[in-house]
Amino acid sequence: MNWVKEKFKELKPKIKSIFRVKVGPEGHLWQNCSCGTVLYKQDLEDNLFVCSVCKKHHPITAKERFKIFFDNGYFQEIFPMLPVDDPLKFADTRIYKVRLDNVREQTKRHDSVMLAEGLINGIKVVAGIVDITFMDGSIGRAAGEAFLTGAEHALNYNLPYIFFCSGGDMRIQESTFSLIQASRMIAAISLLKEKKIPYIPVCLDQTNGMITGSIALIGDVNIAEPKAKVTFFSQKQIKETTRDILPIEFQTAEYLLEKGQIDLIVERKDLPKTISTLILIRTNQNKTFLSDATDYQSDFTGEASSFTS
Amino acid sequence: MNYLDFEDDIRILDQKIESLKAPYISKGITDIANPLVVENEKKLNNLLDQVYSHLTPYQITKVARHDSRPRTKDYAKKIFTDFIPLAGDRMFAEDHSVISGYGILDGVSVLIVGQEKGNNTESKIISNYGMNRPEGFRKIIRLMKDAERLNIPVITFIDTPGPYPTKGSEDRGQAESIAKLTEVSLDLKVPLIAVIIGEGSGNSANALAVANKVLMLEYSMYSPISPEDCAELLWKNAKKVEEAAAALKISAKDLLDNKIIDEIILEPRGGAHRDHEAATINLALSIKKNLKELILMTPDELVYQRKNRFLSIGKDVLLPKEEFYMENIENRIQYQPFNWKLLFQNNIKLIYTIIAIVVLFILALIFS
Ligand SMILES: [Zn+2]
Repeated sequence: MNWVKEKFKELKPKIKSIFRVKVGPEGHLWQNCSCGTVLYKQDLEDNLFVCSVCKKHHPITAKERFKIFFDNGYFQEIFPMLPVDDPLKFADTRIYKVRLDNVREQTKRHDSVMLAEGLINGIKVVAGIVDITFMDGSIGRAAGEAFLTGAEHALNYNLPYIFFCSGGDMRIQESTFSLIQASRMIAAISLLKEKKIPYIPVCLDQTNGMITGSIALIGDVNIAEPKAKVTFFSQKQIKETTRDILPIEFQTAEYLLEKGQIDLIVERKDLPKTISTLILIRTNQNKTFLSDATDYQSDFTGEASSFTS
Repeated sequence: MNYLDFEDDIRILDQKIESLKAPYISKGITDIANPLVVENEKKLNNLLDQVYSHLTPYQITKVARHDSRPRTKDYAKKIFTDFIPLAGDRMFAEDHSVISGYGILDGVSVLIVGQEKGNNTESKIISNYGMNRPEGFRKIIRLMKDAERLNIPVITFIDTPGPYPTKGSEDRGQAESIAKLTEVSLDLKVPLIAVIIGEGSGNSANALAVANKVLMLEYSMYSPISPEDCAELLWKNAKKVEEAAAALKISAKDLLDNKIIDEIILEPRGGAHRDHEAATINLALSIKKNLKELILMTPDELVYQRKNRFLSIGKDVLLPKEEFYMENIENRIQYQPFNWKLLFQNNIKLIYTIIAIVVLFILALIFS
């Protein structure tokens, strides 16, 4: 009897999903939002993939992200040097190399990190993003190397470095090589910080384990998108170890802001504006007030004299 | 003494020798020349050599977790004279899973920090089985900065199953504290030596392993995930733990080949848990040897060497994109870990299609 009960428990969600009344005709024209609204895809795209009702930021691909982020959607991709695949000759139920080749064919990407250079509000920056469609955005040797290449590029050309964090579990098939990427990426950041080059991480939905524990929360300014989930341990892991009761908003951007882990929550449409302003402020080396500057001063006095006369 | 599941023969011999020795020890004789005892001890030594030279990665993991293996507390007290433990992160709490304090190594002051697992039930509960909270990492940061100010070298001991997953530690910035510790360690202007003395699992091990020299005891392990979790995650089968441990390449020898660690410290016959004294002496000698080199370097050289050590891991095998994909074709030809099971699993659709076609063909032949 117990066996039947357990089996039923397992199958329950599947059965439910069969009988659930679907809110809208999900297809290539319409998309459902978790709040229950049905959105016309073109509208959603025009609204930068943000639900107009509940302001949920829908996940987008790396390319779309860059198109939205850079001025006029124009950017130049940077191609990092590539490490040799599969350093440990790993095989679980499938050979890792085969798995990797399959994903590469599907996504047309080499690995999970994509890099680009472009302008935001006229300021040239280097930006990187973790593509969660590539093996859940896990970080292996190639991804770590790509992050380092971005930092190197920023260092060589003295450009600010923006990194969109998402995905970011460990690539367990690369074992310690993956683990050590955390130290390598932080070493690259510390080189940037030494040269006073801004490094700004932006946490997207959903940022996990290794990235959270390395590069996502030690930027000059930590930014997150609204309602983005930023986790170090998954809720499953926490529930397995302790009996803590977890609030519904646990590990969301708003929750982390309350707990003092991030500086800012910025909506998708405001990201270029906020980031470019932050860069301007943080790289400004002027030590004289504009009103004290000589050419401006004459203007001011002239105006003042005309007022008194 | 606790025996591991592959140590049955060793246990039997051990008990035999003990029963042979018992009458002498009760009389107060320690130097026993009975030929039977000598012969059996020789046998035991041979057996230990034989077993411990052929340990599988998962057996090494078991030795690394052994209950009577010396812990950070033991090493801190035995290697360093005048060890004084210091507590607290000055912000929230004291984390008992991290031991820290100053001590003197052969006349040189050093800061000792390390993860403590505990040896018995009581000490295990106090030290939370070696699972660190954010306060532990912040305590290390505080003391490292203090040591930097005083120009005192730092030695870290790594022995942890991972950080402590709770709501509290997540709220108080577990991730940030680990990242910050890594950053502080990278920028530290004093010599930093890390020693993996037991189980080095997950991000919390990695945060303490950011050093000028990373040393590792012979039968310890260093891995992103415990073999058990890996088996669950990738094999979806908890019984595949042997395979998982082997595939992860977590033994000291593999890590030295991959240049992730710098040196292996040999353990006494049969592992450190059989002879704490010998293990301590080996470890102390190795730390002293490495510290001697590092003390001569200037602060800038130290920081440069440390950062470069990490940045350059894997840098020697980089290729531009075009060359990579050319190279890859050659790699694919060389890459032949031939395995029927895997071949079947990877091409399951193809094989089913072939079978279906053959069956249809046979049916067509029969009925025509
Ligand atoms: Zn919505």
